[in-house]
Order: sequence, then C-alpha cells, then structure tokens
Amino acid sequence: MLSDTMRSPSRSQKWLELRARLGESLRVILRNRLAAVGLVLIVLVSGASLCADLLITQSPFEMNMVNRLSPPSGEHLLGTDVFGRDIFTRVILGTRIAMQVAVGAVLLAIVLGVPLGAISGYVGGRVDTLIMRFIDAVLAFPGRLLAIALVAAMGANFLTLWLAIGINSIPGYARVVRGVVLSQKEKEYVEAARMTGESEMRILFFQILPNCIGPMLVLVTLDCAHAITAESSLSFLGLGFPPPAPSWGLMLNEARGYMELAPHVAIFPGLAISLTILGFNLLGDGLRDVLDPHQYDK
Amino acid sequence: MARYFIKRLIQLIPVLFFVSIFVFLIIHLIPGDPVEVMLGEDDARASQELYQAMRKQLGLDAPIHIQYLRWIWHVLQGDLGKSLRTAEPVWDMVMARYPATIYLALSAFLVGTLISIPAGAIAAVKQNTAWDYSAMGFALFGISVPNFWLALLLILGLGLHWRVFPTMGYVDPTAHFGMFLWHLVMPSVVLGTAMASSITRFVRAEMLDQLRLDYVRTAKAKGLPDRKIVSRHVLRNSLVAATTAIGLQVGRLLGGATVIETVFSWPGVALLVLESVYARDYPLLQGSVLFLAVAYVFVNLFVDVFYKWLDPRISLE
Repeated sequence: MLSDTMRSPSRSQKWLELRARLGESLRVILRNRLAAVGLVLIVLVSGASLCADLLITQSPFEMNMVNRLSPPSGEHLLGTDVFGRDIFTRVILGTRIAMQVAVGAVLLAIVLGVPLGAISGYVGGRVDTLIMRFIDAVLAFPGRLLAIALVAAMGANFLTLWLAIGINSIPGYARVVRGVVLSQKEKEYVEAARMTGESEMRILFFQILPNCIGPMLVLVTLDCAHAITAESSLSFLGLGFPPPAPSWGLMLNEARGYMELAPHVAIFPGLAISLTILGFNLLGDGLRDVLDPHQYDK
Repeated sequence: MARYFIKRLIQLIPVLFFVSIFVFLIIHLIPGDPVEVMLGEDDARASQELYQAMRKQLGLDAPIHIQYLRWIWHVLQGDLGKSLRTAEPVWDMVMARYPATIYLALSAFLVGTLISIPAGAIAAVKQNTAWDYSAMGFALFGISVPNFWLALLLILGLGLHWRVFPTMGYVDPTAHFGMFLWHLVMPSVVLGTAMASSITRFVRAEMLDQLRLDYVRTAKAKGLPDRKIVSRHVLRNSLVAATTAIGLQVGRLLGGATVIETVFSWPGVALLVLESVYARDYPLLQGSVLFLAVAYVFVNLFVDVFYKWLDPRISLE
C-alpha cells in the first residue's frame, strides 16, 4: 500500500519530465533548418499515405493503351506509364506501401531488439554473452543479401518484408538499449526504486528504459530511411510486391525499357523515393545533433 | 599480431556456423513443398519418379539435422551441390562469376575512397564554408538517392542520351582491357557514390575531432604551417579511425552489388544470386549466397586485423 502511493508520483513525474524534454527537443530540432525540412518532408509523405484516397481521382490500375507514356499534362500531372496508368496516382499510393513497410519493419526490430538488449544489459553474465554473440552473427551477414534470400524463399508479403528488412535493424536497438541499461542500472534512483519494493520488471521498464527514448528516436528515423531503400530495391529487383502493386521500386523496374522514350516514367517514382529517404535522413541527423551530440556518423 | 589474428579466426567459427545454418535453412523456409515449388506443381504431380529423384538429390529424405550435417560436410569439401537448371556444379558456376564481382567491388572502393577522403578532409578544414556545404550536400545526396535510381539516371543521361558509356554488359579484361574499363565506369561510379557519402561524413567528423586536440595547438605554437599540420598529422590520425568505417562499407559493397550487377547486367556472383532466385534454382541460391556471406565475414576480419596493425593501442575485444 505504502509502496504504491510512493511509486505513482515518482513515475508520473518521470513521464512529465520526459514530455517536457521531448517538447524542448522538438523546438531545438525545428530551429535546425535542415531537420525542419526533413520533418516537413516526412509529414507530407505520411499525410499522403493517410489521405491518399482524398488526393487521387483516378484508378491506379486502370490501363489506357491509347494514352501510353504520355508526358505530364493537366489531366495526368506526372504523365502516364507504359500501360497508360496515371503516375501521380501511383506515386501517391506508393507512399502507403513505403510507409507500411518502413513502420512495420522498424516496429518489428524494436519489439525484438529492445527486450534482447534490456535482458542482456540487466541480467549480464552468460545470458549477455549469448545474446551479444547472436547479435554479432546477425551483423556478420550482409543485410541486403539476407533480405533477398528471405524474400526469395518465403515470397513477398508484408510479413516477410517486415521480417527481411527489420531483422537487420535488431542489432542497433539491442546495442543501444544494452548500453543505456548498463550505464543506468547501478544508479541511485534504481536502488531507491528497489528499496520501495518495485519489482525488477517494473524498474527495468518504468525507470531505466525511458532513458533509451532519445537515442532510439535517432535510430528509428534512420532505420525508416534504410527500410524504404530496402523495400524499393527489393521491388526494383522484382522481389517485392508483384505487379500491378504501385510500389515505387516496381514502377522504376517497369520504366527501365521505356525511359529513353519517356524519361518521366523513370524520374518521378525515383524522386519520390529520394525525397522520402532524404526527409528521414535530415530529421535523423538533426535528432542526433540534439539528443546525442557525441555520436558521429558510424 | 599473429596471435591476435588466430584469436580472431577462432572467434569466426560461431559466426560462420550461424551463416551456414541460415543458408541451409533457406530451402526449408519455402512455404509448402520445396520440390513442388522447384519442379512446378504440375510436373511434380505428373511424375512421381521425378519428384522422388529431386527429393533425393536435395537430400530432403532425411531428418533435418542429418540433412544439415550432410550438407555442411559437402560444403566443407567444396561441393555446393548441382544447379537444378544446368546440372553444373554450383562451385564451378560461382568460381566463374566471382572475378567480375571483385573487379566491380575494387573499382567502386577506389572511386569511393578517392572521392570521400579529400571531400571529408576539405569539408573539415574549411568548416562552414561553401566547400563544406557542397561536400556535405554531396554526402546527403549519395545517402538519400537509392543506387538503382542513380544507375537509371546515369544510363539515361550518359548511356542513352549522350552515348558516352555503354549501358550494360561486361568485357573480360584479358580479352580487351580498354573495353573492360569502359564498361566498368558507370557501375563502379554508382556503387562507389553511396560508399563515398558515408565515408565523407565520417572523415569530416573525425577530422573535426582531431583538429580540436592539444597536439594540433602544440604544432601551431611551434610554427608548423597549417597545411603540414593537416596533411602530416590530422589527416593521418583521422584515416586510422576511418579504416573501420571504410571496412564496413567494403562489406556493404558486396551486398549493394546485387542491384548494380542487375541494372548493368554485370555477370558477377551477386547477379548469379538473382538469376537463381528467378529460376527457383535453390542449390545455386544457397551456394552463391554462402559465397558472398563468407566473403563478407572475411573482409570484415581483414579490416579488423589491418586496423589493429595500423594502431596497436586499439583493443578490439
């Protein structure tokens, strides 16, 4: 009873503090012009993926053989592709695939990586060695090749793409979380929480892990960029979602044979990929400067 | 040094074990019956004989741990199985292809370092000037533009429009060295650009750190000209630290090569991986993936050892 009343204010205080810190960080990030540009780009892409139905007026799949490869015009803002489909519609719907794959892959990496790192750092000893060896082994495999092999064997759907792309990000989260846990677990506030009778699980999740949020935010943004690159590369190679899915990589793959005739088919989907990745990279760099000034590009 | 090398070799054993398990499992990750997938459902149903023969060839008729032991026993003897399409030994097919991948990786590495080290150094020395901004702009461009799109743009511009470079293909260097180089330019520029971007950022960050250190102040105080301080001391120290970053990127070249080899029809091992995927030739897929993964592991080992040799103070435990 006593421990309950003592615990709750300290925890809510910690969250309040955290929120204040995040608010302050957001202000600092927005002062960094490049990071602000990144944030705007991400908001635009996320907005497009959420409100795609409001933005498009044509079907992404309807073919029109009379209007093949027509250049940008009033009717088709970004022109049409080799099947006469509206490229603007397909680029907008492409944001959905990109964001769904990125968010899913990063979430999967967090869900698996954070507990691994937390247990590794908190328990230590043999468990730590075992987990870290596993992490080293994942890192020892070239990421893109792993993704290709997994997708080739299991076929392309959201689940396999999340797994194939997300697995490469697991080591990053595990290492960051392990580092934070190691540096925090001997601190006095942890000892104090233990004295009030908090269980070890609660201490780990409510006292120690909130300290990981800063460095993890940096990882999340940069990993989103990686995931989008990976998904578009896979679909460019014909290993992602099968046609006629409006995936940016697939659109570029289909454009390969016709780009001399109609360069726009190869330009707009690529621009969409690049701007999205640029947005995540700019924001990630900005976050790193704010939250983690000593960590340079590795 | 030799002891360190041996120690690292021993540490590789669990890593290689994991890699082999994964490559072995590829065939078991195929949903449904792998033999049916490879033969095509109709053929598999039509000929029970063919089906059983294939099952036996792939060794799928034994319990899974026996299958692994058999497979790894053959692999250790250089027997990667036979291609399902051509019946050629996978090892021979990989050996025929690996030089092309090495040429591409080496030249991309050359392009990458030749761009990134000067660019990073100039950006650091002239921090917050137009030089710095353009180097960092280039780096951001290289990181954000996916390499296959850059490849398409180059093919479109330099290949199809101005017809400066060939858009695809490969010429054996022993057959015609000039043509070989001519075909190598665009693939290695594309593959080198992505590598150059992250190393440029690393070199710049490292140089900025070094420039703040006491020894630079001492060198200035004793009257050494800035240029000498940078070239003789700061750059040299920064490059030692940059070795690991460069090494990581070399490993990534092997993975990034899959896309580049496909776009430019460059007949390396990475393209072989893709061809085996399209042909559902799983033994070939396993063999070529295994080759690239093991190469990656060893490249990283050599980078670590080289790093230790450059800077013996460093312990890589």
